Amino acid sequence: MKSRRDFIKISAAGTGVAALGLTSLNWKGATTLLGANENDPVSDEELKLYPTYCEVCFWKCAGWAYVDKNGSIRKVIGNKEDPHCNGRLCPRGTGGIGMYNDEDRLKTPLIRETVNGEEVFRKASWDEALDLIAEKMDKLRKEHGPECLALFSHGTGGAMMGHLVKAYGSPNITAPSFAQCRGPREVAFAATYGEEVMSPERTDIRDTRCLVLIGSHIGENMHNGQIQEMSDAIDQGATIITVDPRFSTAASHSKYWLPIKPATDIALLQAWMHVIINEELYDKAYVEKYAFGFDELKADVQNKTPEWAYGITTIEPEIIRKTAREMAAASPAVIVHPGRHVTWYGDDTQRSRAIAILNALLGSWGRRGGFYFPDKVHLPKYPSPPYPKPKRSWRDAYPEGKYKLVSEVLSTGICDATIPNPNLSCHLRGWIVYGTNLMAALPDQEKTLEAIRNLDFLVVVDTMPMDITGYADVVLPECTYLERYDILRTSPHREPYLALRMPAAPPKYDSKPNWWIAKQLGERLGLGDYFKWDTIEDMLDWQLKQVDSSLEEMQKIGVKKYKREYEDLYLLENLIDYEFNTNTGKIELYSTELELEGFDPIPQYTQHPEPPSGYYRLNYGRAPMHTFSRTSNNPNLFDLMDENSVWVNPKVAALWELKKDEYVWLKNQDGVVTDFPIKVRVTERIRWDSVYMVHGFGHNNKKLTRAYGRGASDSKLITKVMEDPIMGGTGMRGNFVTFLKEDPNREEIES
Amino acid sequence: MRYAMAVDTKKCVGCSDCVVACQTENNVPNGYCRDWIVEVVAGSYPNVEIELRSERCNHCDNSPCVRCCPTGASHIVEGGVVLVTHNECIGCGACIQSCPYDARYSHPEGYVDKCTFCHHRLEKGQQPACVEVCPTNCLYFGDLDDPNSDVSKALRNRKWKVLAPEAGTKPQIYFLT
Ligand code: SF4
Ligand code: SF4
Ligand code: SF4
Repeated sequence: MKSRRDFIKISAAGTGVAALGLTSLNWKGATTLLGANENDPVSDEELKLYPTYCEVCFWKCAGWAYVDKNGSIRKVIGNKEDPHCNGRLCPRGTGGIGMYNDEDRLKTPLIRETVNGEEVFRKASWDEALDLIAEKMDKLRKEHGPECLALFSHGTGGAMMGHLVKAYGSPNITAPSFAQCRGPREVAFAATYGEEVMSPERTDIRDTRCLVLIGSHIGENMHNGQIQEMSDAIDQGATIITVDPRFSTAASHSKYWLPIKPATDIALLQAWMHVIINEELYDKAYVEKYAFGFDELKADVQNKTPEWAYGITTIEPEIIRKTAREMAAASPAVIVHPGRHVTWYGDDTQRSRAIAILNALLGSWGRRGGFYFPDKVHLPKYPSPPYPKPKRSWRDAYPEGKYKLVSEVLSTGICDATIPNPNLSCHLRGWIVYGTNLMAALPDQEKTLEAIRNLDFLVVVDTMPMDITGYADVVLPECTYLERYDILRTSPHREPYLALRMPAAPPKYDSKPNWWIAKQLGERLGLGDYFKWDTIEDMLDWQLKQVDSSLEEMQKIGVKKYKREYEDLYLLENLIDYEFNTNTGKIELYSTELELEGFDPIPQYTQHPEPPSGYYRLNYGRAPMHTFSRTSNNPNLFDLMDENSVWVNPKVAALWELKKDEYVWLKNQDGVVTDFPIKVRVTERIRWDSVYMVHGFGHNNKKLTRAYGRGASDSKLITKVMEDPIMGGTGMRGNFVTFLKEDPNREEIES
Repeated sequence: MRYAMAVDTKKCVGCSDCVVACQTENNVPNGYCRDWIVEVVAGSYPNVEIELRSERCNHCDNSPCVRCCPTGASHIVEGGVVLVTHNECIGCGACIQSCPYDARYSHPEGYVDKCTFCHHRLEKGQQPACVEVCPTNCLYFGDLDDPNSDVSKALRNRKWKVLAPEAGTKPQIYFLT
C-alpha cells in the first residue's frame, strides 16, 4: 500500500512540497476566497448561483458559479440539465476558479517599447492600446489589403474576434484544432460518410457494447461526456479494447490491451478488416445497402492477414482475430473511436479512413451504440451587413491545387503565408492571436518564429502571460470566462441545447471581455455597422427571442433543451433509404474523392522511420488535470500536478542508469534540447522503444510564477513534422529523444 | 445509521476531481488535501495492472485518532463520522501519529484537519462534494444500515476490500475490486 506521500508524487501536491511553495505564493487570492478568519464551508443556501459554461477546455460543460455574500466566487459546479457534463465538471472545470484567482493574470494592456536599446512592455490604457491596434490595422488595410491580416484563435471568444476579422475583410482565420489535432479524422470521415465527426464527438458510448480506442487515452484526456459515458459502459459490461504502446488508464480498464509497436496502427486496422470480411462477420445488409467499393476493399485486404500484421505490429494473430470477433459480436453497437488529437505520422487521414471503414463494415454509423446523428439549435445571427469578399488568401502561398481537401484554414499555412515566398504577391503582415499559446500549440517553433519576424505587428489577447505573449507588440488582457458574457453555446448533441455564460463577478484588474474588444476595434475601423448592439446582452436577448427564450429566462436556467427537428438520432437503424453527401451518395469504402486527388482510395500501411540507436520515440499526451499549456499556472490545478515527468521503461532506465525522480534534459534527433530538466518516472507502463510525457509544461515565461521552468516542453522537441499530404496536418510523433544527465547549457559555457 | 463509502477501482481514472472539489468545497488551502489518489502499478510490460484509488479518512469504527486526542477535539458524531472541532484542537498532532492511513494534516492555521464526509452537506441531505463531482461516478456513499443506499448496493453486488485491515481500525471506506 502506498502512503499519502505517494499522492505527492502522482498528483504532485502535498504537505511537504506545499510548505515550501507557500512562502513564494501570494496568498491574497486564497484569503479573499476564504473570507475573514472563516475556514468553515458555507452552505449552498447562502450562495447565489450564476450560469456559466466552462472554458477550461473545448468541451464547454455548463455549470453554475456559486458566489458568496462578499461577491467572491467560491466554487463552480456542473449544471445537472447539461448533457455535456450531467452536473459533474471535470477536475479542470472544478478548478476553473483558479483561472479567476490566478494572481499572475494579465492585468492591463501592454505596449512594446524600446528603452535604451532594450525592448520592454509598458502599461497602457485601453484607449491607447486599441487606438494603436486600429491604426496599424488601418495602415495594413490601406497599404497591403485586409487579406494581409490573420487571426489565430482558440475557444469561445474566437467567434467575436473572427467576426471582426471577417468584417475587416480577411479570410485567414485559423485554430490549431484542425492541422494540429482533429483535422485528419474530419477529412477522413467526410470522405467516407460525407459528414464530420464534430465536437463533442457523435459517439454513442453510453449505449455501446464494444468500444475500441486507437491510442485515444480517454480518462487522461478528460473529455467529460466521453469519460462519463465510458464509465457507464464499463458498468454495463461493455468490452473495451485499447490499442496503445503505453499502458494508459483506459488500457488498465480494458478487457483487451494491445501493446502495439508505435506507428503501425494501419496494419492492425487492415488485419481487422481482413478477419471481419473473410470470416463474413461484417454487417452484410448494411454494407450492401449503403457502401460503395466493398469488392475493391475485399480484394485489397486479402493479403493483410493477422500473421502479416503480427510481423509489423507485434500483436499476436490470435488476439487480432479474437478482438475482431468481439467487435463483430457487438455490431452494430460498437465504436471504433475516431480519436481527437490524431496528427501523428503524416498518414493520419488514411489511418482515420481505415477507422471509418471499419465502422462501416460493423454497421455502426447511424446506429444505437455506434455513431448518432446530432442536432443543434440554429440560432439566427444578429443582423449585420454581409462580409466583404477577400481577393487573396493563405492558399496563395502554395501551388494551385494543393490542399484541395483541406476544409479549414491551416495554422501552419498561415505561418507559410507570412514568410515571404515567390508564390505570394503579398505575405501576411499582421497577426491577432486570441487565447492560444502558439509556441506550445504549433510544432516546429523555429518556423513560427521566422513567421513572427516577418510581421509588422502582433497582437495577443489572453487572460494569462504565455510564451507567445512575449513576442507581442500589443497585449490585451481578457477577463476570464467567470467574469464575462460570451456568445451562446449551440454545440450539437443527441438533443439540441443552448447554454448561457454570464459574469459571476466583475472583471478583475483592468481586463475586458472579447466582445467589448472586438466592438471597440470594429468601431475604430469604421466597421460599427457590424456591431449594432450596445452591449452583448442586447445581442443575446435578440437571438434568444428568435428561439422562444430570452436572456432573462436563460439567466435563471443556464441550459435549455429543445426538440430535435426530426426523430432521426439513429437514422440508419432500420436501413431506410438514405443518400450520403459523397460523390457516389454511398458510404465510400473506396474513396472516389481521394482517388481524384491522386491519393490511395483504400488506406495502406506504410513504414515509418524508427528511432536511431540510443534514441526513443517521443510520445506525448494529456493529464486529466490540465488543458494544453493553458492551465499549468492555475493555482488549483498546479496543486494537483505541478510538473510533467518523462516515462521510461525500467530496462531503458537500467541501461542509462536513470534513477526514479532524477532530473534529465532531453535532446532530440536534431540536437534540440529542452530548456529545463524533467523528472524521470521509471514505469512498466511504457514500451522500451519510446518515452512519454504530458504536453504543456516547461513554460519559459517568468511571469508565470508557478509554472515557469517546471517540467519540459514536448513542443520544443517536436522539430520534425511529418506532413499529411491530404489535409496539411502536422504529424508530430516522428521525433526521437535521448537523455542528457548534465545541464547542457552549463556545458556550453564551459567549452 | 452508519455512513460509509465505496470506491470503484475499476472505474476510477485518477483524475483528482474529487481532490479539487473537496478543496474548493471545504476551503482546504492550496498545497493541502483531505483526499488524494493512489496509483499502484503491478507486473511488468506488457503484463501490467494498475489500481487507482481515491483515498480519504476511513471514518474508522475503532478510531485510534479519537482515543488518543487529549482535548476531545477529535470525536465521533451520528452515523460514525469522525470530526475535529477546530477551535478545541491544540494542534499537538497525536492523532496524525496514530492514524495508519495518514489521513490527517496540520492546517496552516494551527489545527488538525481531515475529511468530514462533508458533514455540512449531509446535514442538508446532500452527498459529499467528491461523490457529487466524480465524472466516472465511481464513489458510492450512504448509510450501511439502509439496504437500498448506494453504498449498500455496491457492497452487496461486488467484491471489495479495505485498507490495512490488520490495523484493527475497522475502516469504513471500501474499495470495489
Ligand atoms: S471537460 Fe472539464 S475543462 Fe472541459 S469544459 Fe468540461 S468541465 Fe471544463
Ligand atoms: S473524481 Fe472519481 S475518477 Fe476522478 S480520481 Fe476521484 S474517484 Fe477517481
Ligand atoms: S482513517 Fe485515520 S483519521 Fe480517519 S478515523 Fe481512521 S484513524 Fe482516524
